[in-house]
Amino acid sequence: MIFSFDLLIDAIVSGILIGAFYAAVTAGITLSFGILDVVNIAHPGFIILGSYVVYIINLKLGIDPIVAAIAVMPAFYVLGAAIYQVYYVSFEKRGQDSMRGLAFFFGILFITEVSLVLYFGVDYRYVEAPYIGPTWHFGFVDLPLRILVPCLVSLLLIAGLQLTLTRTFIGRAIMAVAQDELALRLMAVDPIRIKRIAFGISIATAALAGAFLIIIQPVEPSVGREYIGRVFAICVLGGMGSLPGTLVAAMLVGIVESLTSTFYGPSWAPAVSFSFLLLTLAVRPAGLLGR
Amino acid sequence: MTALLDVRNLGKRFGGFVALENIALSVQPGERVGLIGPNGSGKSTLVNCICGTLRNEAGSVHFDGRALDGFTAHQRTRRGVARTFQLPRPFASLTLAENLRIPLLYTVAARGGVLHTADHIDERCLALLREVGLDSKAHRLPRDLTQVEMRKLELVRAMAAEPKLLIADESMAGLTHSEVEEILNLLKRLNEQGVTVILIEHIMRAVMSFSQRLVVLVSGRKIADGEPNAVVREPEVERAYLGQ
Amino acid sequence: MRTHIFFIVSLIIGACVYGLAATLGNDYYFFAGYVVLQYVVLATAWNILGGYCGYVNFGSAAFFAIGAYSTVALYRFHPMPIPVDVALGGVASGIVGLGTGYLTLRMRGAFFAIATLALAVVFETLVVNWDYVGGSRGAYIVRPETIAPFGSYIKYLFLIMLVLAIGSITVARLIERSRLGYGFATIRDDELAAEASGVPTLRLKLVATTISGALMGMAGAPFPYYIGYLQPSSAFGLDYAVNSIAMPLIGGTTSWVGPLIGAILLGSLQQIATVTISSAVNLLIVGFLLVGFVIVAPNGITGLVQKYIPHRPLGQVGRRRVKADAPEATP
Repeated sequence: MIFSFDLLIDAIVSGILIGAFYAAVTAGITLSFGILDVVNIAHPGFIILGSYVVYIINLKLGIDPIVAAIAVMPAFYVLGAAIYQVYYVSFEKRGQDSMRGLAFFFGILFITEVSLVLYFGVDYRYVEAPYIGPTWHFGFVDLPLRILVPCLVSLLLIAGLQLTLTRTFIGRAIMAVAQDELALRLMAVDPIRIKRIAFGISIATAALAGAFLIIIQPVEPSVGREYIGRVFAICVLGGMGSLPGTLVAAMLVGIVESLTSTFYGPSWAPAVSFSFLLLTLAVRPAGLLGR
Repeated sequence: MTALLDVRNLGKRFGGFVALENIALSVQPGERVGLIGPNGSGKSTLVNCICGTLRNEAGSVHFDGRALDGFTAHQRTRRGVARTFQLPRPFASLTLAENLRIPLLYTVAARGGVLHTADHIDERCLALLREVGLDSKAHRLPRDLTQVEMRKLELVRAMAAEPKLLIADESMAGLTHSEVEEILNLLKRLNEQGVTVILIEHIMRAVMSFSQRLVVLVSGRKIADGEPNAVVREPEVERAYLGQ
Repeated sequence: MRTHIFFIVSLIIGACVYGLAATLGNDYYFFAGYVVLQYVVLATAWNILGGYCGYVNFGSAAFFAIGAYSTVALYRFHPMPIPVDVALGGVASGIVGLGTGYLTLRMRGAFFAIATLALAVVFETLVVNWDYVGGSRGAYIVRPETIAPFGSYIKYLFLIMLVLAIGSITVARLIERSRLGYGFATIRDDELAAEASGVPTLRLKLVATTISGALMGMAGAPFPYYIGYLQPSSAFGLDYAVNSIAMPLIGGTTSWVGPLIGAILLGSLQQIATVTISSAVNLLIVGFLLVGFVIVAPNGITGLVQKYIPHRPLGQVGRRRVKADAPEATP
């Protein structure tokens, strides 16, 4: 273990950049699990799906991956809304135990992954873009553009979502439906429609997150699985339904993972988020910026 | 005579919200205590803290001479504290008779109570159900019950645990006049057998006729504690609860 | 039917199954049968925690792999007879189950499920980094060609798994009919009310995870001998996680019959599909079946049977009389 100040700063900066990306990945879960209390463990599967869709568009049409993602976000929104509808009718409405809801999403995660394997195989795929490759150097700090660009767009995404949630009617209805469905009904707003919209938005963010993912690293179908623990850990750490909390928690996880990776080796990274999860749930279930 | 239940300086917060503050309550063995208060005053929170479903941050709960701090809910039940839930929580996949088996197997048997054979358990379950008039539905599932019957099941399940203290949390909500009488008589019979009862209710008629002592909770604080007729005349109680 | 009678009857049925497979003359049936029986154990084990208690475990693969890798570790030290591997694999997995439970069971069911998934990833990481058992390179186990008095080695493995399968459904049935089974049902139905009725929920959940984990580990212990070359990807394969969930959910979660039916049906289906189509497609089918059943027939096949043939109750939890003075599964 070679400790140097440069390495430390570099690791921390890396952590922050990756952290912003993790926040974008988690944003969907903050919406679906943190706010709507739907345990959508299939979310990483949708992110990988987003990565592959973006990959195809980038390969065939040469379009920038982020632009491609934005273009398919509506389609993902519709997919999300449809899935929520099925989920609602099959489980929430019937008052089923959460086990079947979990199994449902697990099945979807599985179907997504296996379908991608069948269609694309297990080779790693990557995209082409002008910012993948060059690195900016600030003294001893390296800022690879392929991480910096997604980081910045992630921040925009989080900011955009937060504004939507706090300033628009739909956004505030979404926050409200988590707290008091009855009150919403009394205001002549259909809570199920609101939840559907929220879930649709959450899956739409997966498309963008998928683009970020495949820009940052090559992707193959099983990559999603390592994100499941991470995503839920960050969501809980960030206080469940709080986007600012998610951002802070994501950066924290990113930094700790980066430090672990730099000084102890990258193969221990999955253990980091899991330990975070356990610690948070054991010590402070309300998260860092708890609701 | 040492108190059966002794709540001292109990405090409970949910984040910034103070649900209970400095609650002191002492219940003697065999007493019939009524607990009233507006919605949101903290009655159920108090019950949850006494029974161990929630952990209180401040103060302590003593039962039968022992401090209960650190004891889980099931340990407290085994020590003799039983409660009903405001919204009935039956075991949905078990029949009524099986619902009663649970406290018999896990509380009474765990205490070394008298439970020798399977027949004995069956008998006991049916006898208990008979006391509340539910024996005809002994082998049905809770989803086949009316609201009223669910409340009765809730009560009889608590009784099956052979408690020293029974806390009945709004067991009479939504019942007709005669049904309320039925439940009241049941509770009185229990009390005559030596069970201490804390009755939490909104139906004033029932509370007044049942209670030897009345405790009033408003906004997490105890504002009155004494003889029922005197308590309801206290100005603060009238103002806060009865709205005069 | 008293449990020991059930056990004997099952053994007799098992012996017939073995005899039938032997008369077919082709070792393939033993290879395929081994996998199906393995799933019987996994599905039954999963169901003890998932179906009876309502706690979903997504990390079945991890427990299975612990059994497999403890065999490898023992093999490297000194090859042991398989029954010893099974016992020790069960102990290792059981301990891990207990530990996992202790760390995660104070959480809501949803968090427990997520924790199991993350845990599986962590275990895989640990194993991949552990060179003693071969790490990512994998480990070879030399399997003897034959073993007396069975003939081919696979017959011996099949027999072991058959015994494990019978053992696991006996354990499941025993639990169902005991006080423990009632306790599990209350945990599934309403944990808060269970605690209020005197049920020591945490303790029971720990019992469930331990038993469940141990059984899964026992299912995994002979695996290295079956497969000859063990890699983390095959031990920790997602198909174990999916199948151990899909089989009980499709078969029915309320009794020991469901996982058995689910494992036999789905397991056989997959064996056939793997030979005729690709194994990826067959996994896809499992995924669709899982989602389909969970939406349309949440109580599984046994649920459907009960709906349309109402006078044939299939041993739902707690339906039988409990003897308070009979030897119980747990104090």
